[in-house]
Amino acid sequence: MGKILVFAEHHNGKIKRSAQELLTVAKKSGQTVVAVSVGSQAAAIAPELAHFGATETHLFKDAAFDQYNPEVFAAALSELIQSSGAKIVLASASSTGKDLFPRIAARLNTGVLSDCTSLEINGDNVTVKRPVYSGKAFAKMAFENSPVQIVLMRANQLPVDAPDTSASVNPQEHAGAKTDLKTLIKEVVKGTSEKLDLTEANIIVSGGRGLKEAGNFKLLEDLASTLGATVGASRAVVDAGWVSHGMQVGQTGKTVAPTLYIAVGISGAIQHLAGMSGSKVIVAINNDANAPIFQKATYGIVGDLFDVVPKLTEEFKKVLQ
Amino acid sequence: MKFFVCIKQVPDTETKIKVGADPTSIDTASIKWVMNPYDEYAVEEGVKLRDANPGSQLWVLSVGPKKRVVESIRTALAMGADEGIVVDAPENLDNFQTAKALATVITQEGGGKVVFTGKLAIDDNASAVSQMLAEFLGAPHATVVSKFALAGENVVVDRDIEGGAKEVIQMMAPAVVAANKGLNMPRYASLPGIMKAKKKVIKELDFAGLNTGSTNKVKTLGLELPPEKPAVKLMSGDSAHQVLELVKALRDEAKVL
Repeated sequence: MGKILVFAEHHNGKIKRSAQELLTVAKKSGQTVVAVSVGSQAAAIAPELAHFGATETHLFKDAAFDQYNPEVFAAALSELIQSSGAKIVLASASSTGKDLFPRIAARLNTGVLSDCTSLEINGDNVTVKRPVYSGKAFAKMAFENSPVQIVLMRANQLPVDAPDTSASVNPQEHAGAKTDLKTLIKEVVKGTSEKLDLTEANIIVSGGRGLKEAGNFKLLEDLASTLGATVGASRAVVDAGWVSHGMQVGQTGKTVAPTLYIAVGISGAIQHLAGMSGSKVIVAINNDANAPIFQKATYGIVGDLFDVVPKLTEEFKKVLQ
Repeated sequence: MKFFVCIKQVPDTETKIKVGADPTSIDTASIKWVMNPYDEYAVEEGVKLRDANPGSQLWVLSVGPKKRVVESIRTALAMGADEGIVVDAPENLDNFQTAKALATVITQEGGGKVVFTGKLAIDDNASAVSQMLAEFLGAPHATVVSKFALAGENVVVDRDIEGGAKEVIQMMAPAVVAANKGLNMPRYASLPGIMKAKKKVIKELDFAGLNTGSTNKVKTLGLELPPEKPAVKLMSGDSAHQVLELVKALRDEAKVL
């Protein structure tokens, strides 16, 4: 029986939803699920790894792993992947995953497929689908000449099974971290938002030029906090300086795939659609019935957003109570 | 002192994508090719860095079908790069082999203090070549970079991460840096720049001749276009009614609340 290694990211003492998805899909394959987690919180989340299907867990508890450093992480994980005997590695297409695993793939003389939206595991063979050409096509891809097949999945693409809280595993701990580094993380400058990142959010409320001025983003923040959503923006308003670039959805911003995407006052330029057309349900609110966003939307309201959005917030409040 | 910038030529975002007769690739007949948008930030940063270091040179490299790829190299030369190299390679070369080819050429040319790339190419959406190239060069890397400085032997960058946060990273040169939007405002090529670039001789290499000893690691089995979306359901009546209808649809029909 083959082995699948899952790199499980965690946040605030819990494994991320993306890690739950990866563990679930690995478990369903019927192969041995090897989970790895890093940082001084790793021991605290180790039981959760077992609950979601890991039968072998590896922890790097050194505080050097609390902050992502490509050199430190690549050294530890390349070694573990090799010694584990795993032929398949699953990780999230997060900022850490996307930075780290191509480097590991090069070191292990193997291939990596990033930003995958679906995954099939048949024994040692993996096939994935990934959006290409700015979401205008999907490529079905597989590996060749690859001793290890490394797949980076987008969040919110796979189901999560209910955890089995009776399952437990004795974690294997790995001491130390690579020193003598050429890369130093001097500082982490916090973002303005404590909410879930756009790339992980289940609901996104995005605003565009139709909001007329920066101050009117307050309308969207109210709507978002009612729904537990993260606020995004179009390129036009980022370029105008209303909101930070970290909030931009689209080609030169983030690619998102939430369950619900609400586009407010966004006309739907191709560069924007490239970043959000993978959303499950799209709602467009715009006063121009001919705006291209309506061609991608599931539901639409043609109307004045300054009238519609506050009413929508109130209605959601009623329904969600 | 030498700096390198690695660029890729990709279909313009506005171009309509059609699946080709060979279903693992696109129909290239009516494609408008442009320099990958993120690579423009990389070229601009390279030109600025070259200008700030008198006597230094900026070399632009690209791997791909020579016939079309040279156009994007000329664009980079017109923006201010000093020399261009094209590695003629088949359309389906994967990221691993592309990174191998780039590393081989950079090493043959004596290495560079900083190597710039874009953070991803908008065609294959892989964001892999930059980190692989760094590994093959034995150099540190940083991706998604929105601020860059070279101070002596140290490269200091801001890397954009989740939630609008930034990591400030210091690397020992030589280093590989993948550019994000926000790093700079790429210049338009000036007319004299374009005239000068036309006369430049672009060095031509052949991928097979580099003898990288590598093979593709991933393959495309097929391409498909996204399914047609059903027509949008527009809510009716005045705004109060539209809102009621929408919330009901989201709750009872789409079941996303």
